[in-house]
Amino acid sequence: MSPRLTLATARRVANQLRRDPRTVALMVLLPTMLIILFRYVLNSQRAFDAVIPSLLCIFPFNIMFVVTSVATLRERTTGTLERLMTLPIGKIDLLAGYALAFGLFGVIEVGVATTVCITWLGLSVQGSAALLVLIAVLDALLGMALGLFVSAFARTEFQAVQFMPLFAFPQVLLCGLFEPRDHMIGVLSGLSDIMPLSYAVDAIKMVTSSTQVSAELVRDMGVVFGCILIALLAGAATLPRRTP
Amino acid sequence: MPGAPARATAVAVSALRVVRGGREVLHGLNFAIPTGTVAGFIGPSGCGKSTLMRAIVGVQVLRGGTLTVLGVPAGSAALRRRVGYSTQFPAIYHDLTVTENLRYFAAVLGAPPADVDRVITEVSLEPHSEALASQLSGGQFTRASLAVALLGTPELLVLDEPTVGLDPVTREELWDLFHSLRVDRRVTLLITSHVMDEAARCETLLLMRDGRILMRGTPDDLRQNAGTTNLDDAFLRVIRDAERSRS
Repeated sequence: MSPRLTLATARRVANQLRRDPRTVALMVLLPTMLIILFRYVLNSQRAFDAVIPSLLCIFPFNIMFVVTSVATLRERTTGTLERLMTLPIGKIDLLAGYALAFGLFGVIEVGVATTVCITWLGLSVQGSAALLVLIAVLDALLGMALGLFVSAFARTEFQAVQFMPLFAFPQVLLCGLFEPRDHMIGVLSGLSDIMPLSYAVDAIKMVTSSTQVSAELVRDMGVVFGCILIALLAGAATLPRRTP
Repeated sequence: MPGAPARATAVAVSALRVVRGGREVLHGLNFAIPTGTVAGFIGPSGCGKSTLMRAIVGVQVLRGGTLTVLGVPAGSAALRRRVGYSTQFPAIYHDLTVTENLRYFAAVLGAPPADVDRVITEVSLEPHSEALASQLSGGQFTRASLAVALLGTPELLVLDEPTVGLDPVTREELWDLFHSLRVDRRVTLLITSHVMDEAARCETLLLMRDGRILMRGTPDDLRQNAGTTNLDDAFLRVIRDAERSRS
């Protein structure tokens, strides 16, 4: 792993994104716009208060997932990945570079969404707002890392785009947004327990509802962080230097 | 020549077999290329040239045989600074400028920043160095991709159809560049083409068809063997002879 190569890759990816302002605008503003829409669909502060922590996790997670899986697929289909595989760069350097560049946009995305939620939509955060942003950023990074990982299995753009409903939507359904996780039937509750998004949502709920940084909160954040690392390492492992 | 030092081998291939999509596309190739040679792999589309190049740079899964590049097995990490590779379909980032592309690949290689300007000059892209790759013409795009392979100090250049679709002037300039790399820096070049007039510029030719090497020799050998001065005719003759001996 080389910080120099990671930084060079991050700069390159950021440069590419800069050339596509519409994608950047969508990435940064879309979660906020959807959250605002949700607020007025529910039209009740009480109902909204119950779901807003989950939304702060779910929208950035999904958007990062789809953007990164398409970006890496593009790297593969244009032949630049094959070229990189003949050059002295580690697969982890490449993925870490992507993580860094998209992570930066993730911070902006989540920063905008949280600011709007607190100042306009009446989100009250009992715990630390910084911690809330950190969890939401971790969660956006989780979406990114999973997107990087599953894009290794996509052969075409059609597949990559549909991996979002395949890998991300079940996590959304099971994360506790629609039904508390402990109210679900046995199998689903078990499934919910092995899905990383559930831990992100639990963590963010704790920060908004309590001033205390409990051991459970730290554990949940640890799980999300661990899943990011595992997805990145798995992504590197599934990126072969040699292809058939 | 007695007393002359034996030329080292840049690429040694033995019993190389590759299967793609369930079909064997290279059927046990054997050949060696001495250091400091411009070797042309000539053959029709689909004869396995690109697969062979992919195998030499170490990105192709092999079914059998051995492949030694600059003294170590193909694909070794140690080769990643010593081999320059230009893919058949230009592989650069469409949404970056020529300079940005080259700066990134130079950083990956650890090549000095001045290399970027050098290779831009070598492929005559100075007027377009700040253009986005997606806005380049086909020939410029090919050259930008070729420039990446020239970064650093590669000892072996694997160039898959580097001159396809280029105008005659640029093609001439690139061939001059290839030969000067060989003479000045003792670079070995493996160049594929399906155009016979490129073959005349190589020192050694390997004629390929259906995943086999039909003939190997200098352009003069080929002309003499076939009893014609036209390389196209000579190649057709070699193919016909090979088919006759097989049936």
